[in-house]
This record gives sequence, C-alpha cells and structure tokens, in this order.
Amino acid sequence: MNASQTSDSVILRAEHLSRVVTGKVLVEDVTFELRIGEVLAIVGPSGSGKSSLLRLLNRLDEPTSGTVYVEGTDYRQIAPRELRRKLGMVTQRPYLFPGTVEDNLRFGPLQRGEILTNDAVERLLSRVGLKGYSSRNVANLSGGEAQRVSVARTLANSPLALLLDEPTSALDEASKREVEALIGGIVSEQGLTCIIVTHDTAQAARLAAWALVIETGRIVRSGPVKEVLRA
Amino acid sequence: MLRHFFSNQLYLGLAQAGIAALAAMLVVVLARRRGIHLESEALVAMLRGMVQIIAVGSVLLLLLRAPLWTSAFLLVGMMVAAGATSGRRAKGMPGAFQVSTWAIACGAGSVIALMTWLGVIDTALTSLVPVGSMLIANAMNTNALALNRFRSDVLAHAGEIESALALGAEPVASVAPYVQASFEASLIPAIDSIRSLGIVWIPGLMAGMLLSGARPIYAAVYQFVVLAMIFAASGLTSLVSTLLIRVRIFTSAQQLMLQPGK
Repeated sequence: MNASQTSDSVILRAEHLSRVVTGKVLVEDVTFELRIGEVLAIVGPSGSGKSSLLRLLNRLDEPTSGTVYVEGTDYRQIAPRELRRKLGMVTQRPYLFPGTVEDNLRFGPLQRGEILTNDAVERLLSRVGLKGYSSRNVANLSGGEAQRVSVARTLANSPLALLLDEPTSALDEASKREVEALIGGIVSEQGLTCIIVTHDTAQAARLAAWALVIETGRIVRSGPVKEVLRA
Repeated sequence: MLRHFFSNQLYLGLAQAGIAALAAMLVVVLARRRGIHLESEALVAMLRGMVQIIAVGSVLLLLLRAPLWTSAFLLVGMMVAAGATSGRRAKGMPGAFQVSTWAIACGAGSVIALMTWLGVIDTALTSLVPVGSMLIANAMNTNALALNRFRSDVLAHAGEIESALALGAEPVASVAPYVQASFEASLIPAIDSIRSLGIVWIPGLMAGMLLSGARPIYAAVYQFVVLAMIFAASGLTSLVSTLLIRVRIFTSAQQLMLQPGK
C-alpha cells in the first residue's frame, strides 16, 4: 500500500480478483498490494465479501478471474499446501483439533515432516500469553484462550503473512480486548505482515496502518487507515 | 390365521405381503406425526422392492437351467443397481455413483469370485445368485451408511477441515478422522449381525436350508459362513468407498467442495 517503497518489498499482490458463484458476485475486480511489515485492514459491512476475499487470498476458494502474486509468483504456480503455509490464516472461530494445545501447535509443522521441539512450543505459547498451557485439553479452554491457541498454531508454521478473518468477532468483550492486544503486539513487535478482516472500524484503526473498504464485493475506498475511515 | 382364508399359496403370499406392508406404513404414519416425512420414499421403495423381487423370482425360474455366465451377468447388473441406489445417499458428493459401483464391485465382487472359486459358494445358479445378491445387498447398505456418515461429518466439520488445509495439510489428512468414523459406523450392522447370530435372530437362509432338508448343523455353520462373507464384502466395500470418496470432495487445487449451504 505504501508507494514510497520498492516493488521488491511487495509480498502479496491481488490483481483483478473476482469470484462469482451461480451468478452471485462475491468479490469483484479487487486489486491491491501489500509490502513487508504492512498491516492492512479490510473493512465492510456483513456480507460485503471481506471473508470471501480472504478465502481467495489463501486459495481456499478459486477466483473466477484474476490472480494473486506471492513474492512475485502467480499463486497458481505454488503448491496449495506451500501457499497456505506461507499465508497463515486465522479463522473467525478457532476450530481447534481434538487433543491438547501442544497437539494443535505441532499439527502444521508435522504436515511437512517437522517436529516442533518442546522449547518451540513453549516459546509460541509465551508469545500468545499462554505459558504452561501445552498439556491442556483444548476442550477445556475459554473462547479467548482457544483463539490465542489458533493464532499460535498458525504462527508455528512461520508464515510470511497472517490473514486474520474477524478473529475477535466470536468473542466476549474481555476476550476480544485480550486477543486484539495480542495481535497488535505480534504485528508491532515482530513486524509481521498482516491482513485483518473486520467490520469494526475502531479495531481497524487500532491495528492497521492501511485499509480497504469493501461493499458488495468491490473496493470503494483504499489508503491510509485514518483517511479511509474518516471519509 | 391367514391360512384359514387362503388355500392358494400365491394369494396367501400376496395377503402376507399386504399385511407386512401395512405394518411398515404404520411406522411411516407414526413418523409423520413427529414431523418426519417418509411417505413417498417408503411407499415407492416398497412397491419397487415388491415388483423387483417378483421379477427376479420369475427370471430365476426361467434361468434354472441357464449356463454359469448368466449368473455373472445377473450379479454385475445387481452391482450396478446397488451402486446407483447407495450412491443416491451421497447427495452433493461428486462421482458418488462411480465410487459406489467400484466399491461394491471390489468388495462384494471379489468376495463372491474368491468364495466361488474356493467352493464356499456353489456354482449352481440357484445358489450363486441368491447368496451373491445377499453379499451385494449388504455391501450396498454398508456403502450407503459410509457415504451418508462421511457426508454428514464433512458438512458438520467443514471449519476443522479447512483449518487443517490452511495449516498446510494434505486433503486426505484433513478428512482422515471422518473417513475412519464413517468406516467404523458403516460396519456396525454387519458386526452386530454376526455377534447376535442365533441369539437375537435366526436368518432366513438357515430356515430355508432346514425346510429343504439340509442337516441342522450344516445349515447353522453355513449361515455363519454367509455372515462372515457379508462382513468381508461389506468391510471391503466400505474401505474402498471411503478411500475413493475422500479425494473426490476436493478440487485439484485442494479446496473443499462439499460445504454447508453450497
């Protein structure tokens, strides 16, 4: 989004991305790019196509036209598993797998034959404020704790960028503040590139530097978050 | 009681069928009172079943002296029909008919072929076709249960499956727990049939063998043989079916096609 940086720093570029399902337009001609370390908020009312756009970026759905470039490579040339590891996604509901917190954190690396060490598990849990939770059964976690585990599970894959799909919308107020502070901490301290989908403009202003406003699948405004949300 | 009214066996059979169908329809009426509508499906299934079994009985009568290849022809036809019937239970799953037909052909077909070659099933058409049809029918039911359970589990756990995909899992790994659950659930009837044999039920085949003059011990042992073959055919069918269908619900870009509301 920042024009002063070189194209080398572009990590992700969506080009004329559209998705139409049985005549219904979900995403229409969306073009934007994201550079290393940038945090972009995709804002819009419910049903505007924000989550559909995020699913296209992660290639959980197929665009009907347009494509996405990840570090300059058309994402259709990247194996879906590798692409999804690079663009780590955190969903609205945590969808943890049955078992312990540790099992969940190890899941991603295990898919490529890597075994996360106990130290790595503890480090990830410390990053999300859940130190000592590794052997806890996920069935006994609160909503906020489960979402933190979901974030840690995605970070365990060492993604290039984080795609967050309304990560606080299914939480109560207290948990929402906790998870928001956690995401803010991760992106500011580690400079992680991030796209956050939210319908909460105040949250977008707190977390992101850049914003896209989407209505009926189309970008209606884009630019620095404060300017875009003030308009 | 019916025997007092009907001396002709055909009329007696039709009266018995009518009363049994009435009992089945009574259940349909009870279900309707609880808001579950099975009327048309149950009625059509019973009428179809009745017409089909009478047709097959008539064909068997004609084929009593037919050559062995006729049995193979009939059994292959049954397998295709079984594939179409059980494939319908997998609404929305791409290629359900092909998967079901291949699974039943592999499961029931291979067990029938092997057991006939080994001499466990007699090659006479009057033995091969009825026993083979039992294996095919049970394989069909198992396949329908497996696909139906798999479909429900995938729809109920689409979020978990996509989370696994988003973490870099292979599609096959993302649905592995639901493949296993479907396989296990589909075999419950076959396992329970063997477990309860002789205690809860004495199957019709054994009764038929006794009526036709077979020794009771042989009839009993052969009943076990049939149930063991049913288990083998059903288990193999379910295994093949769940292995084939698990990849069909994903696109070539590893996207889950079967989703709630789609």
